Amino acid sequence: MEEITYLEAIRQALWEEMDQDERVFLLGEDIGAYGGAFKITKGFLEKFGEERVIDTPLAESGFVGAAIGAALMGMRPVVEMQFADFISCAFDQIVNMAAKHHYRLREPVPMVIRAPYGGRLHAGPFHSQCPEAWFVHSPGLKVVAPSTPYDAKGLLKASIRDPNPVIYCEHKYLYRHAKGEVPSGEYVLPLGEAEVKRQGSDITLITYGAMVQQGLEAADQMSAQGIEVELVDLRTLYPLDTETILASVKKTGKTLIVHEAPQVCGIGAEIAAVIAQEAFRHLDAPVMRLTAPHTPVPFSSPLEDFYLPNAAKIASKLKDLASY
Amino acid sequence: MSVGTEDLLKFYYYLLLTRGLEDRVAKLYRQGRILGGCYVGSGEEAISVGSACALESRDVIAPSHRDLGAHLVKGVQPKEYMAQYLGRRTGLTRGKDGNVHFGDLSRHIIGFISPMADGIPVAAGAALAFKIRREPRIAVAYFGDGASSRGDFHEGLNLAAVLTLPIVFICHNNQYAYSVPLSRQMAVPHVADRAKAYGFPTRIIDGNDVLAVYEATREAAVRARSGGGPTFIECETMRMRGHAEHDDASYVPRELLEEWRRKDPIQRFERTLREREVPEESMRAVQVRVLKEIEDAVDFAEKSPLPDAHEALEGVFAT
Ligand SMILES: Cc1ncc(C[n+]2csc(CCOP(=O)(O)OP(=O)(O)O)c2C)c(N)n1
Ligand SMILES: [Mg+2]
Repeated sequence: MEEITYLEAIRQALWEEMDQDERVFLLGEDIGAYGGAFKITKGFLEKFGEERVIDTPLAESGFVGAAIGAALMGMRPVVEMQFADFISCAFDQIVNMAAKHHYRLREPVPMVIRAPYGGRLHAGPFHSQCPEAWFVHSPGLKVVAPSTPYDAKGLLKASIRDPNPVIYCEHKYLYRHAKGEVPSGEYVLPLGEAEVKRQGSDITLITYGAMVQQGLEAADQMSAQGIEVELVDLRTLYPLDTETILASVKKTGKTLIVHEAPQVCGIGAEIAAVIAQEAFRHLDAPVMRLTAPHTPVPFSSPLEDFYLPNAAKIASKLKDLASY
Repeated sequence: MSVGTEDLLKFYYYLLLTRGLEDRVAKLYRQGRILGGCYVGSGEEAISVGSACALESRDVIAPSHRDLGAHLVKGVQPKEYMAQYLGRRTGLTRGKDGNVHFGDLSRHIIGFISPMADGIPVAAGAALAFKIRREPRIAVAYFGDGASSRGDFHEGLNLAAVLTLPIVFICHNNQYAYSVPLSRQMAVPHVADRAKAYGFPTRIIDGNDVLAVYEATREAAVRARSGGGPTFIECETMRMRGHAEHDDASYVPRELLEEWRRKDPIQRFERTLREREVPEESMRAVQVRVLKEIEDAVDFAEKSPLPDAHEALEGVFAT
């Protein structure tokens, strides 16, 4: 086992998949000589050459459409959005062409769009968004959002091997703020499986992405007060692992769902509905949510701090729930 | 058309103010005193200043991220710009957004957003409103060479052409889009070659000559205002620094930068001022005024309050 960053885990997954499968190639802005805005593909051009590491013109709809076409011809394109915020420029190609193709024609579209997302970097409304729910709402797309280097690597490899279009949401804050061990050998993690990152019997905390770290910190604070929190890291947002969610909720009877995206029609709304339908008789308290408010992501520090959930805010919600 | 001394000094003032403010912000960035990223238009000031100075006060601009000069000409105050960078409540977005992402319709500026080229069809829409209401106003859209690869660029240009809208398109062709050189952005030598397809006049001019930009924009504005429809002006220039201040631009050949450094728009304009016998004292007075305004702006911004946390919830909807 080796301790690496989340960024390095993503880099390794891409490298290994390109190395062993010549159908895999990369498309995106500034990913070649420059190595990508976050330096994920540094050294890839030298190793894999210009035909497999393609610097595109500034045209998201164009290069996502091209990825779809190449996927239909049997390639395995991995697209890098420079920031997840610009994925909306390719929205039509993703939700109409990629997402619906297999349903209509039974022909697979094996491709990945990597979307560097999320806040806490003072990057304002256009470089901080969490667009995952847009895509969960579009039948035909899988959506992945890992929280640790181990998950990031195993899930990216699985996403590349999956025969469907996958939106792979990689949290920018975690790039350098999440470190962890990954096995030195080859491994792949299945899509669609949540993981209990911490066992507990009193409250279930369901979250994903950068909020997992914050949730674990909050859970430790609660533990010191005698309240044991079970943290379910979703890892994949579609398909949703309702089995793991429900098993935990049935055990604890109390649930807090946390996400960095705005609340209205977010992932949390879907999870709360599933719990209400499937575990109603097991509930000891209303299902609670802690999310960003229904506003764009603000820039200035006091505003962004207010906007984003964090360990302290999670702990405070957990306390309310414990005493319900 | 002859430009008098007063106008020349006005151009000089805005050129120096733009350069000075951006240099100051870049320095604050290096000192870790601003939030987030830092974008400057060093070496491209003549495009923004020359074009904006050619407009009537009620003409509307949709600037991009290297157009501080046009904002200033339209009346944005240096202190508002600094406050924006420092995330203060006194910035034009009250701390909601940062750096060059601001605007103000009361000063006829359509606020810039990050996705490249989004402002182009929006500027066309402003021009459409003027046309419908028969107002003698025009719109100006600014963008880079990279932005011209996006669909919104092509859709905006075509719409403006078909509807004969009073609009001028101004392209900063600074040879790069982040790390991507022009030759990898398009397979034609000029951005104007793309615009030609839409059926209105295009021009390619020296973007480092403020007078050339001014003249070209004036001509295009006359045409637009008199019902002649759009004009496309490609201003040739060079991005003299990194894409943003975090980027050392090591992918740009040094000789290319050296070549363009010799064409610096401000030094060139200073030579023009001397040739036209603008008094040295007048030039010095502008320099002194600019320095003072910049320091006052930093001072103002640093003394301005940050927004209160709950202000995050304000303003999502109009009332
Ligand atoms: C739609 C979109 N994709 C990607 C980006 C990231 N990005 C910001 S500026 C830029 C390059 C823009 O190049 P150009 O239009 O030539 O303007 P310049 O920066 O050279 O002035 C890129 C890729 C963006 N802002 N918008
Ligand atoms: Mg450019």
